[in-house]
Parts: sequence; structure tokens; C-alpha cells
Amino acid sequence: MKLSMLAAGLLALALGTAAQADEKPVLTVYTYDSFASKWGPGPEVKTAFEKTCGCTLKFVTAGDGAALLSRIRLEGKRTKADVVIGLDTSLTAAARKTGLFADHGPLPKLDMPVTWTDPTFVPFDWGWFAFVYDKAKVKDVPRSFEALAKSNLKIVIEDPRSSTPGLGLLLWVQKLYGDKAGEMWKRLAHNIVTVTPGWDQAYGMFLKGEADMVLSYTTSPAYHINVEHDDSKGAALFDKGNYMEIEVAGKIAGTKHPKLADAFMHFITTEAFQKLIPTTNWMYPVIKLSSPLPKGFAEYRPKISLLYPSAEVPKIKDKALAEWRDALSQ
Amino acid sequence: MLTLENLRLTHGDWTLEADLNLAAGARCALIGPSGAGKSTLLGAIAGFMAPTRGRILWQAQDLAQLAPGERPVSILFQDNNLFPHLTAAQNIGLGLRPNLRLSTAEKARVAEALGRVGLADYADRKPAALSGGQQGRVALARALLRARPLLLLDEPFAALGPALRAEMLDLVASICSETGATLLMVSHDPGDARRIADQTIVIGDGRAAPPQKTEALFADPPPALRRYLGTN
Amino acid sequence: MARRAQPVGRRAGAAVALGLVALTLGTLGAVAWRAVGTWGLVEGLGPADWAALRFTLLQAGLSAVLSVALAVPVARALARRRFFGRRALIALMGAPFILPVIVAVLGLLSVFGRGGILNAGLAALGLAPLSIYGLHGVILGNVFFNLPLAVRLILQGWLSIPAERFRLAAALGFGPSQIARQIEGPMLREVIPGAALAIFLICLTSFAIALTLGGGPRATTIELAIYQAFRFDFDLGHAALLAALQFAISGAAMLLALRLTLPQASAAGLDRPVERWDAASPWLRAQDAVLTTLAALFLLTPLALIVTQGLPTLLSLPGIVWTAALNSLAVALASALLATAAALALALAISGPRPALYEAAGMLPLATSPLVLGTGLFLILNPVIDPSRLALPVTALSNAAMALPFGLRALVPALREVEASHGRLADALGMRGLARLRLLIVPRLRRPLGFTLGLAAALSMGDLGVVTLFAPPEGGTLPLQLYRLMGAYRMNEAAGAALLLLILSFALFWVFDRGGRADADT
Repeated sequence: MKLSMLAAGLLALALGTAAQADEKPVLTVYTYDSFASKWGPGPEVKTAFEKTCGCTLKFVTAGDGAALLSRIRLEGKRTKADVVIGLDTSLTAAARKTGLFADHGPLPKLDMPVTWTDPTFVPFDWGWFAFVYDKAKVKDVPRSFEALAKSNLKIVIEDPRSSTPGLGLLLWVQKLYGDKAGEMWKRLAHNIVTVTPGWDQAYGMFLKGEADMVLSYTTSPAYHINVEHDDSKGAALFDKGNYMEIEVAGKIAGTKHPKLADAFMHFITTEAFQKLIPTTNWMYPVIKLSSPLPKGFAEYRPKISLLYPSAEVPKIKDKALAEWRDALSQ
Repeated sequence: MLTLENLRLTHGDWTLEADLNLAAGARCALIGPSGAGKSTLLGAIAGFMAPTRGRILWQAQDLAQLAPGERPVSILFQDNNLFPHLTAAQNIGLGLRPNLRLSTAEKARVAEALGRVGLADYADRKPAALSGGQQGRVALARALLRARPLLLLDEPFAALGPALRAEMLDLVASICSETGATLLMVSHDPGDARRIADQTIVIGDGRAAPPQKTEALFADPPPALRRYLGTN
Repeated sequence: MARRAQPVGRRAGAAVALGLVALTLGTLGAVAWRAVGTWGLVEGLGPADWAALRFTLLQAGLSAVLSVALAVPVARALARRRFFGRRALIALMGAPFILPVIVAVLGLLSVFGRGGILNAGLAALGLAPLSIYGLHGVILGNVFFNLPLAVRLILQGWLSIPAERFRLAAALGFGPSQIARQIEGPMLREVIPGAALAIFLICLTSFAIALTLGGGPRATTIELAIYQAFRFDFDLGHAALLAALQFAISGAAMLLALRLTLPQASAAGLDRPVERWDAASPWLRAQDAVLTTLAALFLLTPLALIVTQGLPTLLSLPGIVWTAALNSLAVALASALLATAAALALALAISGPRPALYEAAGMLPLATSPLVLGTGLFLILNPVIDPSRLALPVTALSNAAMALPFGLRALVPALREVEASHGRLADALGMRGLARLRLLIVPRLRRPLGFTLGLAAALSMGDLGVVTLFAPPEGGTLPLQLYRLMGAYRMNEAAGAALLLLILSFALFWVFDRGGRADADT
């Protein structure tokens, strides 16, 4: 009896929302939660795109990139998404395998440290993972994993099983040390204060003084410089290179609004979209902007960019994870 | 007529047997040592315990199929006869309708019953604000309104002083006369029994004896009763 | 009575039990069904899973034992002492239980972390710093969370001992050890297995505390393994298998707790303040004072730091956070009403014959992986209706289910008490069904009902729940905004939002819990 009342309530609520639908076509864009949040690029992207498209842009969110992909996989061909924005290069191989995505059209000249050859996914921002530190506390900034392992610096990292930066670090060490990656993890074990489920906990703990360094992005100091006017944070650049993350968008092949979806895919690499990226997502834009990047973006650019071709990620990640777990479980 | 037909009640190794009749309109005391099963017998009649053998009948109707509230019975327990969160009037009103949705006429009857037990001004008090005697009267007023043919008292006034208890028993007696109810009351005190009960059932040694005239019984008590009374 | 009908129908209770089974095992089934349909047979458990299982059992078991062991002396001290602010202290000490995990962890780290005040104090004394990270940290975190629950449940047990029994003991000249053996022991044997079971089950499905304070992958719990199966491997079959394992462990724990519980005939004592004649010695007074102070310090210092860190940004929080707070309040109220109505219906069914089935249904939500529940609901609803439209109702529903077991723990004993003291009278007057509910049960259960409403509202307020899986609407919920603030580097504003969350959760709990107590006729 109570359950049927509940069901009636749910239905009434659902119908109430449905009644608000307006005349314009609705382009449904799946993205991760922080993209669409007040502090992410979402709200301004929506305003800018709606100015020209004669449509309504609707964001549907899932927790993060990996959750986004899970959701697409759960929905399969029945997905209501027209475009998905917010996967990254560690997920694109799996995303491609679903067969749900259509190839993209021609791209403008991209401004990235690597050449983009993916026929399906369009990059919308990119950056490097790095250990972020407090300049006042860390005087001797390590320039390699070896130096980090030799030091007594304490770090907080994220779990590759539940977080994107965590997976990035796993691939970073794997890329540099190959079969010796497990050994490197063993050497790093004494530096690791703890492993958190997500970036937000790790970064929060770092700001609380729980560790000397935290696994984050080279662009993290830029946030503190530009928003908090605080120049106390730095990002460690490693001589052998920092691992990259490239975030991408893809068009759903079965979309009911192919023209709108194409328009949005095109919009992603235009200045109107790209100029929002540096100060909302705190990542690098994929094209050269007419205005200079915010302070802090130029200071922390590693010389070498590391990145696995996305097709290789599924082949190595399980083994890399097992080595990581074994090394840190002892 | 209340009939206990070949009745046996058991609780573990404890048993009580009864095979007796009590005439309608009788006022009967139930007397016997503690643990003999006086309360248990009332509980069985009121529907709180199923007999292991035999039947309980009222006017030749077997009560076994009736839930406690459906039986032709009003019962007052040793304690907790009132709901502490309800007012005196509400507690009484439950005697008319168990869901308390009373019509105007029924509310008037509640007020009348309150007056009948001398508590006209106490309608809105909760039990905590009533004395022990007043609480007993509220419970009796409810029994008056329910007007069931059988009134079972399980020593509801045991905690009251002698004068107050006597007053309560007089009230019980007059309620019985008004409603024509058959009274079955547990008692420890032969004085109480003599005061209002014309008949008495002696319980002891696992048996409830058939009712006897109270006066005759106390004039020449059988051995079991003599042991209980301590008069040799 | 061949035909003594149930005084209040069990149909609602049966419906609730079925609903819970559908929500927990049904969602698991949906995930498993999808997995089998897509990939065929499910692989068995690997060595990493067994390691996760061992660690999960270890941390949950130790946390349950330690929480209860610490709660017993604290509850005893609170039960036998009267002091100024006792009531407020008991209420405040319950606060950690209703905190969102991330807030609690950061609060704990402010005290016990490398940069926390404890290590600052040790450093000032020239002592070596202590590290919170490791198994002991996991236990510390779990105890911080669950000690309040354990104290509350055990304190209830103490207060349910009729004052007359302590009077009798005093008249017989019992000392504290005899009282412990004759009066408190039997009560504890009735209360402790249930409390320990509840905490064990809560710790069974935790993963954020275990991972963060455990210091690394050795602190992998089954819930984290489920997480991995979902997002790292996208192996739904494996996730379903692990979730089933979680249910199996919970089931075994429930059976064990049932066997250890000594059912006690509940006595209808009057609710007078418990006067104690045995505990007047200065030594015992000092002991109780020290225990109460330590427990209060342990539980309240992290809270105090959350308050001080959040105050600067509390009033300048952006509007969307307040919108989210309103959303959360609405969800919390709906969830509280739903949880309380469902818990009452289930409690009524439990007070009848064959209670074990209903008891088990009532504990199911504790053993449920939120991730599996959310995904299962998503799989079930998606073909029928756009899940994003149901984000808030579904959150309210799942939060209600999660709070229900705690309400049940409060309602079932109270209901037994009511039936023992006034059930026969109500039977004799023929009060059944709704009339009995309205005129006897609800008024007599005001305190535990208020407690259930308050707890469910507060838990719902702080729970991120399944809302992220269902694409939250504009504004989202307060915990979600808290995560969004953190995700956008805005840690200071996040601290303000955490404080807002703490205040609202606590206020909800306080209002309902007090409301249940106000003019409750004893």
C-alpha cells in the first residue's frame, strides 16, 4: 500500500518534469559531474552553444569519466545521449569497442604535444599529471621517481581503481619502467602516506598538511595563483617526462539529432568553447587561443610528454594494477 | 450462565481444572492461595489463554472462536487498566468505540458515565493526574458503558486502602445491578467476598471448585480454604 | 484462542519486507542478469578478492568488537550519572554517525593526521609523531563513526532496566560487580549482539574510510573490489558475485548474532529516572567522569575542528549550495517519513509470529552495496523511464532503506514494551488495526518514532546515495555540491558546505528527536 503510494508519487514527479519540455529540439550531452557543475565549463558552454544552435542543450551527468563510460555501456544502443564529453585517453579504446560512437569530421589545427590521429574522438582539453607541492616546505623538488624514492618526502596518491589521476600515475610508472614498474612501486612505498579513493580527498589532505606532495596536475598551481592569488604551490616536472591526460568527446552514432550533434562536435574545438577551459577545467585548450593562457600555465610545462596509445591501455592496465597492488600491499 | 466444561489450563507442568456453572447475574468471588491460578482462569475466560482441553461457554455459546474484544466480557487487570496518554474521557470512550470516533450522543454517554462515578470535572485529566481511586473509577465507568454481561475483576483495587476499596466494591455492586452483569472477582480478602459476592469459588490443588454460597462457605470452610485462611 | 487475529495487520509489513528484498537482492539480481546476458558465465573469485574478503572481515570484526567494548563503559557512565549538559552531550555525541564520510575523515585528520593537533602536541613535547595510517587508522575511523551508535543502543538498554530492579539490588546490598552480573549482564547479552551486528554490517560495506586511513591497497575491502569491477574492469558479473558474497557474509553474521542474543522478557517498569545506590564510591565517580570526558573529547574534537574550519565561509557560500541544501532537506524529510512508516510497519510484523524473516529483511539494506543498488535500480528503471527524472525520489527511497535498520532497532523493543504493558487492555477493548495504531501504538512510541525520523532525516541529509548515478537535476544535493566544491579546488568553501551539512543534519535529528520526547506521557 505504501509502496504503491510511493510509486504514484514518483510517477507524478516524473510527469511534472516531462510537462516542462519545450518546442526546441534538445541535444542531450552526457558528461562527468564536475564539467556540468557551477564551477565547471558546463553552464557557459550551454549558454554559448544555445546562442547559435536554436536548440536546448541538456547535460546529463555521471560521477566521472569512468562512471560516464559505465553508464554508456549500461545503456547500450538505447542510450539517450547524442554526444558524450569527458572520456579520456585511458578509456577511449574501451569506448570504441562499444561500437556506439561515430567518427568525427575534419578538425582544425590542434595545439597539443602529441599528434592526434584518433578517427572517432575529438580532444577538448589536455594536461599533465604531476606531484604538486608547497614551495615553503619542499625545497629540493625531486625531478624523477628515483629522486622521489630516495627522498623522505611524503606523498598522497589516488587509487587507480577508483580515480582517473590514480590510473594516470599507474600508466606513468608503467610507461617509464616497464617490467621494472613493480620494483619502482616498492621503492616508492615508504613515501606514500596513503591512497585515497578520489582526487578531491587527496588534494584536501595535501592542503591540510597531511603530505608534502599530492598527485594532481601541472596546472593545479595556476588555480591557486589566479583564484586565490597564492603563489605558494608548485608542480614537480620530471626529467624523463610527465604522463598526459587528454580528455575527449564523441558523437553517438545512433543520435536522433545528427546535425545538432555534429554542430556541437565542431563547436568543441572553436575558440568560444576552448577559451572557457583554462579557468574552469584548469586544463590546456586544444587550440591556440587569441588571448594568452592564465598565469602559471607556462611555468610548469614538462619537456617530455608521456602517453600510451589508447589501444594499448586495456592490454597493460590489469598487469600494471596487479604489480601496483602487490608492491604496495607488502 | 457461564459454563466451564471439563476445562483444563496448562502452563508448563502447572495445571488447573474446572468443571462448573455460574448462574447469570451471580456475583462470585474467586479465592485461593497465590499461584493457584485465579488470574489465569480469568485470563482464559477473557480470551488471553487457550485451554488445552474443554470449553468455556456463555449462555451455551462456545467462546473459543472469539477474540478478547469480541467476548461478552469486560475485564479489569491488576494494573495498566488505563492508557496513560489518553484522557479520562477518552479512556472511557474506548468502551463504546475502540477507535474513539464517538458521535455526539456517545460523548454525552461518556460524560454521564464520568458523572456516575463522581468524576464529572476530571474528563480531560490524564491518568498520571488522577489518584489511584480515581483511576479505578475511570476503569469502572468504562466497564459500565461497555455493559458486557460478564465483568471480571483481577484485583484492580488491591493497592487501595480498605475504605477506598470498600467504596470501589460498592460501586462495582451498583454497576452490576444496573447492567445485570455477572461478576467474577479475584479476592484475597474474605471481607471483600462477603461484602458483595453471594457465591465463592475456591481454587486450590489444581482445581476450581463449583461455586458455593459465600456465607455458608465461610461459616464452615473446607480444609483447603481453612489452610488458606489460617483458621484451624 | 483458536482465532486470535493479529491486532494490527501485517500486510503493510509484508509489503515493506518484499520492497526491501526487491531493492536489495532484486537490484543485485538485475546486475547479475545483465552480466550473464552479456558475457555468459561469471568467473570465480581470484586471490585479490580473497585478500579483500579477509581484510574486510578483519576490519569490520575488530571495529564492531572495539566499538561495543568501548561503548559499554561509556554508556554505563552516562546511565548512572546526572550532570549538567548530560542530555546535550548524549545528543552531540551522536553527531559523527550522521556525518558524510569525507567530512568525517578530514575532521579526524585534523586531530590525528600528520598535520593534526595531536602530532603538533607530541612535537611540542619533543615526542615522535604517531601515524594514523594502517589497520589501526581504519579501526579508529570506524570506531569514531560507530561508537555513537553503539553508545546510543546500549544506553537504551540500560535505561530500559526498570528502576525497581536497581532498588531491589540496593535493598539486597548488591555491589557493582553483583549488579553487573545479575542485572546488567543479562541486559547486555540482549543488546550487544544486535549493536555489534549493526556495526559489523556498516563496516562491511565501507571503503572510503578503509582505503584512506588504511594507507594503501592492502586495505582493500569488498566494496572497493566491487568499485573496481564496475569502473576499472567493467565486469558486472564479478561485481554481482562480490555483492552476493557481501550478502552471504551478512547473513552468516546475522545468524551468529541471533544465536548469541539472549532474549529477555521485557518488564513493564515505570519510566522513572534511574537512581543508583551502588555507584556512589569516589573511585567509580572518577572513573565515569574520566570515561565520559575521553569519549566526548574523541568524538567532539574533530567536530569542533569541522566547525571552526567551516565558519569563515559558511555565510558566503554561493546560492547554488543553498538550493542544494533545500533539495537535500526535501529529500531528507521524504526519506524520513518513508523510513519511519516502513520501519513501523516492519516492526509490527516482527512483533508477530515468525519474526526472523522480517528481521532479516530489515537488516538487508545494511549489507547492500550502494553502487550495486544504484546500478541495479538504473538497469530496472532505464527501459521504463528516464532515470534522471527520478534522481531525487530514488535518492529518498534508497536513503530511507539505508536508515530503516536503525529505526527498527529502536522501534522493535519499544513495541514489545507497549504490547507487554497495554496490549492485553487493548485486546480486551477490541482495539485493532488502525484504531490500535492511532490510539495505542503511535502515541506510546513517540520517542522511538521521533528518534527514527530524526536519524533517517539526518542520515539522508549526509548521504551522497545513488544520486550521482541518476544524473542529479539543477542544484543537486548538498553532499553532491560539497564534492563539487572540492573537485573544483574550493576546499575552503567545501569546509563551509560541510559545516552547513553538519548543522542541518544535526538540527533535523534534534528537532525530531526532541519532538518525540516533548510531553511524552510515561
